[in-house]
Amino acid sequence: MSIVIEDLTHVYNPGSPFETVALDHINLEIGTGEFIGLIGHTGSGKSTLIQHFNGLLKPTSGKILMNGLDITGKDVKLREVRQKVGLVFQYPEHQLFEETVYKDVAFGPMNLGLSEEEIHRRVTEAMELVGLSFADVKDRSPFELSGGQRRRVAIAGVLAMKPEVLILDEPTAGLDPRGRDEILDQIKNLHKKYQMTIILVSHSMEDIARLVDRIIVMHQGKAALTGAPREVFKHVELLESIGLAVPQITYLMRKLKNLGQPVREDLLTIEEAKQEILNWLRRK
Amino acid sequence: MENIIEIKDLVYVYKSEENEKVTALKKISLSIRQGEFVVVIGHNGSGKSTMAKHINALLLPSGGKVYVSGLDTADEKNVWDIRQTAGMVFQNPDNQIVATVVEEDIAFGPENLGIPPKEIRIRVDEALRSVGMTEHRKKGPHLLSGGQKQRIAIAGIIAMRPKCIILDEPTAMLDPSGRREVMDTIQRLNREEGITIVHITHFMDEAVNADRVIVMENGNIVLEGKPREVFTQVDTLKKLGLDVPQVTELAHQLIKSGLNVPGDILTVDEMVIHLCQLL
Repeated sequence: MSIVIEDLTHVYNPGSPFETVALDHINLEIGTGEFIGLIGHTGSGKSTLIQHFNGLLKPTSGKILMNGLDITGKDVKLREVRQKVGLVFQYPEHQLFEETVYKDVAFGPMNLGLSEEEIHRRVTEAMELVGLSFADVKDRSPFELSGGQRRRVAIAGVLAMKPEVLILDEPTAGLDPRGRDEILDQIKNLHKKYQMTIILVSHSMEDIARLVDRIIVMHQGKAALTGAPREVFKHVELLESIGLAVPQITYLMRKLKNLGQPVREDLLTIEEAKQEILNWLRRK
Repeated sequence: MENIIEIKDLVYVYKSEENEKVTALKKISLSIRQGEFVVVIGHNGSGKSTMAKHINALLLPSGGKVYVSGLDTADEKNVWDIRQTAGMVFQNPDNQIVATVVEEDIAFGPENLGIPPKEIRIRVDEALRSVGMTEHRKKGPHLLSGGQKQRIAIAGIIAMRPKCIILDEPTAMLDPSGRREVMDTIQRLNREEGITIVHITHFMDEAVNADRVIVMENGNIVLEGKPREVFTQVDTLKKLGLDVPQVTELAHQLIKSGLNVPGDILTVDEMVIHLCQLL
């Protein structure tokens, strides 16, 4: 599913002393099957933007086209939009409420009025997608599970709706490195296997560098920068001036380059840096 | 120097929802010196937070002893003195702020200690300065960023004049600039005011400047030492599901490829120096 954003503006509390322009004339295009990383410091407009993607917020002005359909239009059934665009909030495990994991994951599909069989199929599939063992976990209370497992239950609940676009707002916040890697691997897998369009909001430049096709940098309600990670992370000064950073590896290569060493500075991962450093030293 | 925190054979057992006994801490012993900066790492469920909560008597030992400034945490009459000595900052800034104005929030602790208003004013001003939030003192906390809110939470504790601050993943919910603000603040408090810091985190770069790193796993302390000693154990840490700083891992990989760099590189600058020496 493609997403086109035309001149999107969102003003909170318009006409009051608390008036805040959260999104300021944003134009963006996200292609079907793209893996987007959305970065920006707190208050830059990321969350406001993603809440427009499934109609949780209405623009003050501007349009959002999903496969060409303007979802801000009057006749649009938001229910259908929300089925196609799955939004996983920050700390989604706080939203679990059912007695068993099965019931919680089934809640969305149930409300779509699907048959028992179809619901069962979707729950099984969604749990498998997030790496939860159906047999072991389905009858347990979500509240007995570990934090990482609870979060996966919440993500499974969104996947059971079979969305075409999956938006995740900091899905790894508060997880330990192992839990983080597990969730990110599963997201990567969803993108690869099902060509799902994915929008990942994250504060970890390392994770973003490793995963996404394209980065959108938000600042003061505007899309300040967009491009492939290699392009975007070249703008070290700009990113730092707006409260962001680049991966540690990028800092390293840049420093070597600034000392006059003939190395590429647009490297993002440990593996890339290792190769480049070995090649450079061999040339000597 | 005297030990501000003394943990001896600490065991903590609780009952799970299925009424099974779970041993979260298995005979842990640890001494922390006054003025030390200690970082605790370990994956979720390893016992980090459970241990931290024993230091300010939020949890009491099932076995063993915890002393804070020589006070036994299991003795009920010590609780207020202990909490004044060792203050705690938690992960979610929004759950820790109680007042509608920044400076009133910071005054909350000292007020409850029954400190005279004049003295409270002095302490609040000091605490605000100490975390660099003086200009925001009249604001509503909801108007602050995550990093600023955490600094307010820290200021609230500083106003109690503690000797030690325990921070349980204070940066987990923050963006890069918020993380930097909080780390700068606690490093300064440690260096300039001599406050003992026990910092729990998943971000290994925050452990690089610590005096000591403690690695927990399954209710035990499995590794302990200077950051340089701990992070060189790249394979052990990875097995435990933990990270090392990117440059440390790079050094490790370069060594495996036959390059002559030290395995205990922790920062970008160190890596640059060692690579340039190879030229």
